[in-house]
Amino acid sequence: MSDGAPLLSVEDLRVHFQTEDGVVKAVDGVSFEVRRGEVLAIVGESGCGKSVTAMSLMGLTRGPNAEITGRATLGGTDLVAAKESELRKVRGNEIAMIFQDPMSSLNPVHRVGAQIVEQIQAHDDISDSDAKARAIELLKSVGIPGAEERANSYPHEFSGGMRQRAMIAMGLSVEPDLLIADEPTTALDVTIQAQIMRLLRKLNEDRGLATILITHDLGVVAQVADRILVMYAGEIVETGTLEQIFYDPQHPYTWGLLGSVMRLDRERSDRLAQIKGQPPSLASLPEGCKFRPRCPHAFGKCTQHPELEARAGDGPHLDRCWLDAERKRSARTMKSGEIGLEAA
Amino acid sequence: MSETISQRAQATGNGSAPLLEVRDLVKHFPIHGGLLFNHSVGAVRAVDGVSFSIKPGETLGLVGESGCGKSTLARTVLQLLTPTSGSVRFDGQEISGLKRRKLQPLRREMQMIFQDPYASLNPRKRIGEIVGSPMKLHGIAEGAELRKQVEELLDRVGLAPEHYNRFPHEFSGGQRQRIGIARALALKPKLIIADEPVSALDVSIQAQIINLLEDLQDEFDLTYIFVAHDLGVVRHVADRVAVMYLGKIVESGPASEVYSNPVHPYTEALLSAVPIPDPRANRERKEKILEGDVPSPANPPAACRFHTRCPYATEICSEIEPELVKHRGGQWAACHHPLGPGATAGAPSPASG
Repeated sequence: MSDGAPLLSVEDLRVHFQTEDGVVKAVDGVSFEVRRGEVLAIVGESGCGKSVTAMSLMGLTRGPNAEITGRATLGGTDLVAAKESELRKVRGNEIAMIFQDPMSSLNPVHRVGAQIVEQIQAHDDISDSDAKARAIELLKSVGIPGAEERANSYPHEFSGGMRQRAMIAMGLSVEPDLLIADEPTTALDVTIQAQIMRLLRKLNEDRGLATILITHDLGVVAQVADRILVMYAGEIVETGTLEQIFYDPQHPYTWGLLGSVMRLDRERSDRLAQIKGQPPSLASLPEGCKFRPRCPHAFGKCTQHPELEARAGDGPHLDRCWLDAERKRSARTMKSGEIGLEAA
Repeated sequence: MSETISQRAQATGNGSAPLLEVRDLVKHFPIHGGLLFNHSVGAVRAVDGVSFSIKPGETLGLVGESGCGKSTLARTVLQLLTPTSGSVRFDGQEISGLKRRKLQPLRREMQMIFQDPYASLNPRKRIGEIVGSPMKLHGIAEGAELRKQVEELLDRVGLAPEHYNRFPHEFSGGQRQRIGIARALALKPKLIIADEPVSALDVSIQAQIINLLEDLQDEFDLTYIFVAHDLGVVRHVADRVAVMYLGKIVESGPASEVYSNPVHPYTEALLSAVPIPDPRANRERKEKILEGDVPSPANPPAACRFHTRCPYATEICSEIEPELVKHRGGQWAACHHPLGPGATAGAPSPASG
């Protein structure tokens, strides 16, 4: 699936914001790579830094209060250091981003087709009729029935699923290399979600895109991802392949996430496994392991900050947990036999 | 937990009268048109002839996609919206069409928990006031006694008594939902309608809130209507489930049956669309992805409303509206082509996963 040099490589990305409450370390030393044809999923809960990571790649978090350091190399350009004018070119031509709420990302007073035409003509010097034909072609390719007529509709005349398809068409109009999808199906119903995820996977394969999928839904991840980053409080706490994260997870937070999903394919449990407490404030993080205050397996060493290292033995599987491999295997198995987080 | 509920349902439920009985409930929202003479040109048929009943101590899960009318149904049952027609009997008393003043004492018995914990708490009021004012209004307690009771409630829902003087913005989403729950409990209601109570929360917090709601049900003998689009959440909490599509219940019955042996093709499609957080199980599973979108409730398809998206639809489905009839497993479904026992649900058996 993934071969050759990475399309995007992010090294030690840090995004800190100055606020009234002090420095908020939204992203604190994140490194990863994405290759063509690969779907990388970033999972975590609200405030873990997954969206800030993606938005920083697009240069959307820049501002007087933001301090952004590290490197993010996409085809020879460092997205962190690039000037705004360079970045605008990259945003248009190489990266496309789709957001959770398609209604707020489409212009309500312009026809959907016209918005795509505008996007095409901003990057390509082609005639109106050619641009229009391409817009209709794109709408067809994302599965909008009657694309010729629908191109003349306004966004409010589209359903939620249709709007998300239109957003994807707009993103693809620039023939990007990298597609960032930030919770693309969270606002959609399950039956529509299934359609959109199938479309994203297909585009990824057909067009050889590199896709970063940001989501909190492990079900969606299991359907489409090749590799996974699990983020907590601004850091990657575990990263590995789909199989590694789901069947051999190393970090207690990953266990907690896997264990607290209400699954339709398993016997109904009497009581849900829950992660106690709540995520820490990013302005006053705990010393050492940031998950320590919520972790039932914390011990003395956890007051030291663990590095993201290969602790499970196999190469691309990294985590930040001090527990030894054997202890992890027994600790992550709940009384029910499933993986989860519960007090020993 | 589940045993205790069903035991109680059996002990008090089977023979005894239902706590809530809804018959042919209809809620239409008129669509107005015309510039000079504002007249009604149609109606959004949000709830279009719904019947169900709940026994004391039971949890009914109400599922369906956006626009299916589940939230409107919940609000119409509580008389927060005036029904267009139909009957709602609570504890044996007809409450549909009652005047405000007559309804007020009944409001104590029926409370609601809302989806958005940010929008449902007054940002300018302190927690003590938010939770305490219903008790004051209904003359349950005052002064020091009121404060004591509020603090006990806060403690019961997992907040600290010293949160009494804080404002909603000082709390996280999960904590705010706990405040909403404390407020709903303040009047010691019999029935609580929870409208998407956990869908705005992170997964790890969802589990905390659901465990809390289940504990409280046991402790205070509560009856729940649990409205949600998340089928996993509903399966966990509900004794019985009703599946809605475009203003109608298309299937209802014991949760275990509806989930493992759905009769209605829409139920099957919904279950099949839920991704399983297990890559291998996902790969083995046969997806049945529905095509198209939900039609507009202002102009629903004739006869069976699902026939435009249904993979099994035939001529009869667009001509004759199917009645709700009882099927094996005890569930009711409205379909001309009910799925047989061999039909597979979205969830594979644990053995194959």
